Amino acid sequence: MVSQSRRTSKSTKRTFFVPDIPWLAAFVRRNAVAYLFLAPWLVGFFGLTVYPMGYSLLLSFTDYDFTQPNSTQFIGLSNYIKMFGSLFGLTSFTAPTGEVMRVDPYYMKSLSVTVTYVFVSVPLKLIFALAVAVLLNQRLRWVPFYRAVYYIPTLLGGSIAIAVLWRKLFEKDGLVNAFLGALGFTNLPSWITHPDYALWTLILLSVWQFGSSMIIFLAGLKQIPQEYYDAASVDGANKIQQFFRITLPLLSPVILFNLVIQMIGAFQAFTQAYIIGGGRGGVLNSTLFYTLHMYIQGWAYHEMGYASAMAWVLLAIIGVLTAIVFKSSKWWVDYGVGD
Amino acid sequence: MASGTNAKTGTFIRHGLTHAFIIALGVIMIYPVVWMIISSFKPNNMIFSDPGLIPKAVTIENYITGWRGYAGTTFGTFFVNSLLMCVIAIIGNLISCSMAAYAFARLKFAGRTFWFAIMMITLMLPGHVTLVPRYIMFNTFGWVGSYLPILVPKFLATDAFFVFLLVQFMRGLPKEIEEAAIIDGCSKLGVYLRIILPLATPALVTTALFTFLWTWDDFFNHLLYLTTPASFTVSRALRTFVGDAGAVSNWGGALAMSTLSIVPAFILFFTLQKYFVQGIATTGIKG
Repeated sequence: MVSQSRRTSKSTKRTFFVPDIPWLAAFVRRNAVAYLFLAPWLVGFFGLTVYPMGYSLLLSFTDYDFTQPNSTQFIGLSNYIKMFGSLFGLTSFTAPTGEVMRVDPYYMKSLSVTVTYVFVSVPLKLIFALAVAVLLNQRLRWVPFYRAVYYIPTLLGGSIAIAVLWRKLFEKDGLVNAFLGALGFTNLPSWITHPDYALWTLILLSVWQFGSSMIIFLAGLKQIPQEYYDAASVDGANKIQQFFRITLPLLSPVILFNLVIQMIGAFQAFTQAYIIGGGRGGVLNSTLFYTLHMYIQGWAYHEMGYASAMAWVLLAIIGVLTAIVFKSSKWWVDYGVGD
Repeated sequence: MASGTNAKTGTFIRHGLTHAFIIALGVIMIYPVVWMIISSFKPNNMIFSDPGLIPKAVTIENYITGWRGYAGTTFGTFFVNSLLMCVIAIIGNLISCSMAAYAFARLKFAGRTFWFAIMMITLMLPGHVTLVPRYIMFNTFGWVGSYLPILVPKFLATDAFFVFLLVQFMRGLPKEIEEAAIIDGCSKLGVYLRIILPLATPALVTTALFTFLWTWDDFFNHLLYLTTPASFTVSRALRTFVGDAGAVSNWGGALAMSTLSIVPAFILFFTLQKYFVQGIATTGIKG
């Protein structure tokens, strides 16, 4: 500290807007440029992340409606009771304001739809991505071409075009039924509008887009030295043993990474459910995704306080699950200690 | 000798089977997309009666009727809107994310570790939690109905993925050139503009590429903030084109415009494939 302030006091350059205190001037001079470069990000972080998060936490305890913001009232935990009241057999309750509020009959449904979607689609997608990555990680010709082909669904999957297409594929007279019909099946349902199957078409759509996980797995596989496999072969290990004893353990950090990324992404799925359900939750709310329900509450019914509360619960769920995955990773992820 | 030939034949057959399997799976995977493209050239009444790939009759009528759009706005407008939005979004992300990345990767400053950790946390933060307040905020500014709520955040480096991608890349650049430049009297800004940015071109291309794709495909923000058909982007327009209950009379037109809407992604993917792989492999961003 002393030597630094001495250095600055020697310099004749004045730092503008800063009181003439040597150590402060030195501090500013050392950091100003970096913070100028960081300025856009900092403005965005505070203005578009920190402030909105705090504000939405606040809103979650109110009945805010953006068409009449002046009549906003604090309603305590009512929005949260509205979500989870059905767990305790409630159908309505009295808010602190004296108003009788209805418990949201669809909230638990939307939560279970999204949880089912996440817990089924993410593991399936990762298994599929890993299988294809292993398949493509051989010394074969045309692998870059194959990789590109397998990536195409991921490239296009987020688009409205594919959602539109998906709806057509799984309709009563869609392409899928045309094929199944040709194979001799009769009495086929309209998958997209059947309450038992609609969610599965969306899960399939998600699994179909395994491309980025596959590319990450491929990059991970390339890091595993060939010598390990050669040594294992010499010791008489077959391909399956090699996969479980070498590939899986060495790839486990990549699996963890993919798992976290895909899980967080899957919880936020919205577009495809919105298009396939025609802006609503589909038949019997079978595709009422959490985010879709939140959107409908917030923007169709103007219940923005409630939508904020839903967003915070979603954040909490994702946070807890991510923490569990990271905590559990010490049991199943091989960090290559001593490598 | 004989056993050697047998082993060779064995490898040959094994490779052949692997190729056959990979190709078969690949065909199933992209069948729906190919079918959509081909069906967009079939006459409207034959689209769903014919699941095959070879059309019995070819027409470009779907493209003509689809292009007309709706509400007096053609798809020409929607495409121009989308392109314009993407170009500005790319400029915003390139400037703001590379600035933040330069600070994190190459500059020493008080609080660097702290801010970097914060940036990494925002990487995992689900966007929905800021949605309502952002909407309220933009509504107070009078921005709802314009492109500002979608574009202004791009100039504030809110896509932490790209900051992370660029930091990773910039950290790997050799220090020597930079040091030489500083000895020659080059300022930090000069280093950023003349040395780091040119060297970081591959990562900047990846950033531009994914910014384009995500902005082009984004639907949620367009649904929230774009209110008039004249301002609609392709993805927002397609959704209205298909309709709420799916009661579309012109499926041919819908498929034709859907096909057109994926053309930019295709072109970019096949011309810039290595940047895709690089971007995904280093940060795990979803494509």
